[in-house]
Amino acid sequence: MSSRELKSKPLYIISSLVENKPGVLFRITNLFRARNFNIESITVGITEKPDLSRMTITTRIDEAILDQLVKQLRKLIDIVEVEVLDINNTVYRELALIKIRAKDFTNRNEIINFANVFRANILDIGKESVTVEVIGTPDKIDAFKNLIIQYDIVEMARTGVSALQRGE
Amino acid sequence: MSGAKALMNSLEKEGVDIVFGLPGGANLPIYDALVDAKFRHVLVRHEQSAAHMADGYARIKRKAGVCLATSGPGATNLITGIATAYADSSPLIAITGQVPLNMIGKDAFQETDIIGVANPCTKYAFQPRYATEIPEVVKKSFYIAESGRPGPVLIDIPKDVQQDVTEIPFPDLIKVRGYKPIVDPDLSNVGKAVELLVSAQQPIIMAGGGVILSGAFSELQAVAELIMAPVVTTFKGKGAFPENHPLAMGPIGMHGHAEANRIILEADCILAVGARFSDRSVGRFDEFGKGMNIIHLDIDPAEIGKNKSVDIAIVGDVKSALRTMAKMLSKVAVKKNTENPWLKRRRELIDYFSQNIKDYPREVTARKALKKLRELLPAESIVTTEVGQCQMWTSLHFDVISPGTFFSSTGLGTMGFGFPASIGAKAARPDVHVVDVAGDGSFNMTENSLAVSVLENLPVIVFLLNNDMLGMVAQWQRTFYDRRYMGVHQKSCPDYVKIAEAYGASGFSVQSMDELEKAIKSALKTEVATVIDIRIDPEEDVYPFVAPGTGLKDMITGA
Ligand SMILES: Cc1ncc(C[n+]2csc(CCOP(=O)(O)OP(=O)(O)O)c2C)c(N)n1
Ligand SMILES: [Mg+2]
Repeated sequence: MSSRELKSKPLYIISSLVENKPGVLFRITNLFRARNFNIESITVGITEKPDLSRMTITTRIDEAILDQLVKQLRKLIDIVEVEVLDINNTVYRELALIKIRAKDFTNRNEIINFANVFRANILDIGKESVTVEVIGTPDKIDAFKNLIIQYDIVEMARTGVSALQRGE
Repeated sequence: MSGAKALMNSLEKEGVDIVFGLPGGANLPIYDALVDAKFRHVLVRHEQSAAHMADGYARIKRKAGVCLATSGPGATNLITGIATAYADSSPLIAITGQVPLNMIGKDAFQETDIIGVANPCTKYAFQPRYATEIPEVVKKSFYIAESGRPGPVLIDIPKDVQQDVTEIPFPDLIKVRGYKPIVDPDLSNVGKAVELLVSAQQPIIMAGGGVILSGAFSELQAVAELIMAPVVTTFKGKGAFPENHPLAMGPIGMHGHAEANRIILEADCILAVGARFSDRSVGRFDEFGKGMNIIHLDIDPAEIGKNKSVDIAIVGDVKSALRTMAKMLSKVAVKKNTENPWLKRRRELIDYFSQNIKDYPREVTARKALKKLRELLPAESIVTTEVGQCQMWTSLHFDVISPGTFFSSTGLGTMGFGFPASIGAKAARPDVHVVDVAGDGSFNMTENSLAVSVLENLPVIVFLLNNDMLGMVAQWQRTFYDRRYMGVHQKSCPDYVKIAEAYGASGFSVQSMDELEKAIKSALKTEVATVIDIRIDPEEDVYPFVAPGTGLKDMITGA
């Protein structure tokens, strides 16, 4: 699938609680590979309960495949809970660190201005580059990236999406 | 108590009466504890066969079979057997030894990351790190293997964990919070299905392996008779319904019965029970079931909509869902008479295709041999097969009369499965005859299990359809590659009668129907494993044939 085709599909966020023990992530990623599921991002971290981790998966796939993906995840014994979040009723964020080439003063100023507009933070300024931290939805990060791409991105690290259903 | 001893006690508590295995360095403590165990240990000649034996045992007992192997090569040898059980949803417990905990990850001698290797073909895998965990792990393993959609579970036990001596508790109750098999079907969906079935003019039932796994034979028969629906099966479901029943049509699929493949295309409503719409059964997913109402009943929610989107889905245990369905149907279904147009059509198709069978100018053909076997074999005997033409001929020409007495490696198609699996089946049911309908190529792969059959007094009959060929591959080369044969000739090596005799079994070479009858009768009488080496035409084909990538409507009958 081309990246354009992918972008035309809706973003789904799957949130799950998984056993916090060794081998679990392996089983999950192996499932994606074996069944050919296309995953955009996956994040795993601890939760309020020490024996459970929360795993958040984002993907752009057809609904029928999403249905299979969720069912196959549910079948994994180490997965305790799986749900597809309703995007309209969910807070979700991603963090990106972007190191941008900026050799002269004007460049640097421009980048800092863009960063301000996006409420991004400047984490580091070196002789040759500026490192920016952007937090937001994946779309917002994409928009920022598209703006500064003219300056040449040296390196980028994105965390993938973390998400929670909104409170009542 | 040592970890190994706790393992034995745990297996005893699960009601295990037999295990199949082979020892090595990493499971020596387990073998030491086996000396005092209350159940039987069967020493195999290859770990693959241990897994197949445990699998065959499980399929007949309908409870988990157990196999044992050492670490590294012992464990990897089990994998084909584990994958075979996984593909056919068979409950299997594989217990492997592992290098001691402090050696794991050091590429120690005979260390294999067997959990990693087995992951895609097990329902779950455990590696207890303390001896105290063993009873709980065993209990969980049996629970996971046997409940819901059954499947294999691996228990990989590091050697020091087997050796640890400590106070070990045995839990009465266990909970696996991420595992919630659905058993009770949604009643409203069953009700909707009943409505559809009652209003259908041309209903059909497609019974899969799930019917056999849940033992829903009488329930299936009740539903079929209430709506007077012809019953086709998948290959895995062969024998879920008595094949001599007036509604039976036999298996559909790539090498299904012609009349079954045809009638399913004419149905207006299909009730698929414990079946997964595999490509082998239904041909093309996009073509199959067009214009029909599809009702899908299965215990595995992930099967719903995986290959085929359906009109009504019922998730739950096949047996209890069919029972409920029969109850509802008995209130609303109008008894249809056997002369209704749909059942007439069934008769018509059977008559038509029974006249259109390709025959071979040879006294003994696979078809005739299998008909003879059916004639002479008591109905409650258990039959399994190897893989290839021999398997498909059995599907076509051997009617299973007593439900649940047939099984085969249908999902993975593992050559060499049938013979060890038949020995496992014999261990489960020593009171009935067990036959493995074999091909020469397949039997060659695990024939060393003859030693087990003879020494452990588990006699089975190997009904060897010997075409001196990897026949199924040869048929494809004949059909799709312009007879350019490559790698299919067995060149009459070995002599299977001598092989049988070398192991202390008896062997017959058969060239005529007369000799065949005598050999079968004698095999049914002897107390020792018998190999009946039946010479057939190397070019006898299996028909009908639905070529891969085509639909059931494109079936070639060969006649
Ligand atoms: C382990 C394994 N290897 C290869 C195959 C591919 N294969 C399918 S059928 C077949 C030929 C089987 O020959 P034989 O057992 O003599 O049966 P026949 O088809 O001749 O009846 C082969 C090689 C397989 N199914 N399993
Ligand atoms: Mg052969």
